[in-house]
Amino acid sequence: MLDKVTKQKLVVIGNGMAGIRTVEALLERAPDLYDITVFGSEPYGNYNRILLSPVLAGEKSVDDIMLNTLDWYEDNNITLRKGETISMIDRRTCEVVTEAGERVPYDRLLIATGSNPIMLPLPGKELPGVIGFRDIYDVDRMIKASTDYRNAVVIGGGLLGLEAANGLMKRGMNVTVVHLLDTLMERQLDPVAGGLLRKSLEERGMVFKMPAQTQAILGEDRVTGVRFGDGTELAADLVVMAVGIRPNFELAKKAGLYCERGIVVSDTMQTYDGRIYAVGECVQHRRQTYGLVAPLFDQAKVCANHLAMKGFATYDGSVTSTKLKVTGIDLFSAGDFAPGPDKEEIVLQDANRGVYKRIILKDKKIVGAVLYGDTIDGPWYFQHLRDGTDVSHMRERLVFGAANLGDGGVSGQNSVAAMSDETEICGCNGVCKGAIVKAISEKKLFTLDDVRAHTKASSSCGSCTGLVEQVLAFTLGGDYSAAPKVKPLCKCTDHSHDDVRRVIVEQQLKTIPAVMRFMEWKTLNGCHSCRPALNYYLLATWPGEYRDDQQSRFINERVHANIQKDGTYSVVPRMWGGVTTPSELRAIADVAEKFNIPTVKVTGGQRIDLLGVKKEDLPAVWADLNDAGMVSGHAYAKGLRTVKTCVGSEWCRFGTQDSTGLGIKLEKFMWGSWTPAKVKLGVSGCPRNCAEATCKDVGVVCVDSGYEIHFAGAAGLHIKGTEYLAKVETEDETLEVIVALTQLYREEGWYLERMYKWCDRVGLEQIRKRVVDDIANRKALFARFAHSQQFAQTDPWAERASRGVDRNEFAPLAELELA
Amino acid sequence: MTSWIEIGALDDIPRLGSRVVRTPGGNIAVFRTESDEVFALDDRCPHKGGPLSQGIVHNKRVTCPLHNFVIELANGQAVAPDEGCTHTHPAKVENGVVWLSLRQAAAVS
Ligand SMILES: Cc1cc2nc3c(=O)[nH]c(=O)nc-3n(C[C@H](O)[C@H](O)[C@H](O)COP(=O)(O)OP(=O)(O)OC[C@H]3O[C@@H](n4cnc5c(N)ncnc54)[C@H](O)[C@@H]3O)c2cc1C
Ligand code: SF4
Ligand code: SF4
Ligand code: FES
Repeated sequence: MLDKVTKQKLVVIGNGMAGIRTVEALLERAPDLYDITVFGSEPYGNYNRILLSPVLAGEKSVDDIMLNTLDWYEDNNITLRKGETISMIDRRTCEVVTEAGERVPYDRLLIATGSNPIMLPLPGKELPGVIGFRDIYDVDRMIKASTDYRNAVVIGGGLLGLEAANGLMKRGMNVTVVHLLDTLMERQLDPVAGGLLRKSLEERGMVFKMPAQTQAILGEDRVTGVRFGDGTELAADLVVMAVGIRPNFELAKKAGLYCERGIVVSDTMQTYDGRIYAVGECVQHRRQTYGLVAPLFDQAKVCANHLAMKGFATYDGSVTSTKLKVTGIDLFSAGDFAPGPDKEEIVLQDANRGVYKRIILKDKKIVGAVLYGDTIDGPWYFQHLRDGTDVSHMRERLVFGAANLGDGGVSGQNSVAAMSDETEICGCNGVCKGAIVKAISEKKLFTLDDVRAHTKASSSCGSCTGLVEQVLAFTLGGDYSAAPKVKPLCKCTDHSHDDVRRVIVEQQLKTIPAVMRFMEWKTLNGCHSCRPALNYYLLATWPGEYRDDQQSRFINERVHANIQKDGTYSVVPRMWGGVTTPSELRAIADVAEKFNIPTVKVTGGQRIDLLGVKKEDLPAVWADLNDAGMVSGHAYAKGLRTVKTCVGSEWCRFGTQDSTGLGIKLEKFMWGSWTPAKVKLGVSGCPRNCAEATCKDVGVVCVDSGYEIHFAGAAGLHIKGTEYLAKVETEDETLEVIVALTQLYREEGWYLERMYKWCDRVGLEQIRKRVVDDIANRKALFARFAHSQQFAQTDPWAERASRGVDRNEFAPLAELELA
Repeated sequence: MTSWIEIGALDDIPRLGSRVVRTPGGNIAVFRTESDEVFALDDRCPHKGGPLSQGIVHNKRVTCPLHNFVIELANGQAVAPDEGCTHTHPAKVENGVVWLSLRQAAAVS
């Protein structure tokens, strides 16, 4: 056991929401790894900052919002130095220095210093009575002012400003909100919703002065008023500045850590000094800073994963949504709602009910939503926004919400507040409302993921997600923002495809059970979604080493034929480049007659399909086809399927190159390879494009001066023309580029993700850079593909027809005479 | 009165896999889980009759290869939200030998 002396020292600067969430997550993963010391300027344990608004409004007390009591720190052996501020980080000696001059050493340092309210540089800003809205100290001063004085001015008509104004009004003050622009909360709302909001706040007694620019704060020993750009003045005993926040990174900057608008961190939440991590509002990740808790909690999880030395999680940024926490006002906003030429809008406005909804679509997906008055579907829209769902099929009814689609489980019920505690919320796991509310308040939960983990509600089918989010919002008083999420591979895990692929490589995991164990799969042996995916990832990562797991293969790939609706199979022999011979055709005809194969059909990929073969006949059918020199056409595979060609320069009067020959060359090189999803090629001998190459996964169009390579087309459920990748001069180069492209796709594609979707996700330029421009990389990819082909190019039919591989698969276990 | 019929060796069924037993009343799929339990069900999915024996087995469930219904091996029930049920037959393993009892005639198609 490690004792206190030998344990590594972790020092945390900032006893706030992100810092402590990281510590909690770390304790879950590695409770004994560190000796932890937390410094916090504020004289309290960690509290829920977002609930300061209800505290100000008198709806909650300071005690209600404490998240970690002093006992918690003690129970977990954490040294809390509350009320102590760190004034310097000495990276040379790995020590932090307190304001009192004490030096405390660290092995790992976590900076979570949050942000500060921006105080406009106006004359008079230092006067007593001018404050920001950030912590308990500020709230105390506002409450005190509300008992001693009458007039308050809030500068800033954003989320924070309106919540402050609402609280002060509830405390009996006359409140004027001053805003620079003519729309309230312009970063979250469009002018219509902003107008509705203004109207209902005015009805409650709030006064607005906007657009207006504050020029000076007036007063001698205490604030007495405010002067504006137009020369008018307003009396004020209290001025709250709520114009924004500035990440608090002075400390880091002084220590020489690279900062821009925040402390710059990598996807693993590390600063430029590998021993120093940073999370929360003080950081800048991929150019982005955040001011909401949901993304910070994501960062905390990733950071804890690395501090615990598990070392595989990464943070990819977050999409956020906002709700205003003013009791009685329902407002929801998410995503990008600025109008644009490539965007479409669906608007519903019902002045009588005070309802306004605007959904913004781009490329058939929701990219933004603004809801006012009726926000019950906010989480549902947000879900589709984050998932990038194609919503075209529900477009007409989209604006009416989930309830009107019979989807999402939000049963038109207008308020979860009205439900009894016994109402069942999650049907899959039988969780009722009371249990969820209890868990939220007792265990201090505030994200959907937390509730899922603790109560299991909405952790199965997910159709009650909307309702659970409602319960959360209602229990927390509306101060809840839906947790952003990375799409997990399937329900058996929280990890994404990318995570899984990366960890397989980093941790050298070589079997399905090993992956499931290391990544803490939630089910015993996965399911029909993840097992084939893992099998492919392992196969693609460890060619020659990994033993293909037949039981994790979809039936078609297990028996090397396509299952049909009646349980029979279809058999498609390979015809290189779509070229056949009289003797092959004769052999096919013989096989069809010998085995009574009911249908013989020509496919779209220039092959012949024998349909209706009984499973037990498969090995014998293959044996006959093998004897005639034919091998499996892999028509069933997530792998290279067909290369369709035209006759090209050999016969066609327009032909510029030998398209048939090139097609055969490609097919002979690439057959047998497994890929994330099926891959079909086409080669046309001239731009007339008789082989329809420009709707294939990869297509070549021959021209006089060489070969144009296209890719990422599709002609199935979706129809999409290819993207132009490159033009090369020789057949060999064509082969090299196409093989390298396929290998990149094999290494990075998600299982079942077609090449065009992969291209959409990763970006054409990225791909071109790596397979066309970077020649060394292209050659390396090509070499890796060639290496794996050594193990892939055995005919699965021959193995089974004459070498007895998997014999059991094709014969019944027993035949019983009597029932 | 259950009468047990010997149908083969446990090792002839792959772990997390299945084999078919032919009967005059239709095929019966015999599954083997990771922990060597065996289950016997009619080889017909309650949805559209897909051959369950060809599906992917996970824990004590099988996913139908045709449209992904998930069926509980122990009782033949489709897992929610899907609905339907497949006949099950008693099956057991003794000393590495699999036994099957045909309680009722398998559904005739
Ligand atoms: C009134 C209000 C309402 C909000 N409402 C919402 C909402 O509805 N939804 C939402 O998602 N978010 C909301 N937020 C934002 C949310 O509270 C913050 O995003 C979150 O608290 C940031 O967490 P953090 O750990 O980065 O910073 P903080 O929680 O601010 O923690 C930083 C801590 O570090 C301490 N510190 C700083 N420098 C030092 C130093 N040198 N030495 C020692 N200690 C130091 C600070 O005193 C502070 O306690 C709201 C914020 C406020 C103020
Ligand atoms: S694509 Fe061009 S070369 Fe090929 S068959 Fe058509 S016209 Fe001829
Ligand atoms: S188009 Fe539809 S029905 Fe026709 S073969 Fe393809 S999947 Fe089957
Ligand atoms: S036949 Fe089994 S899911 Fe359709």
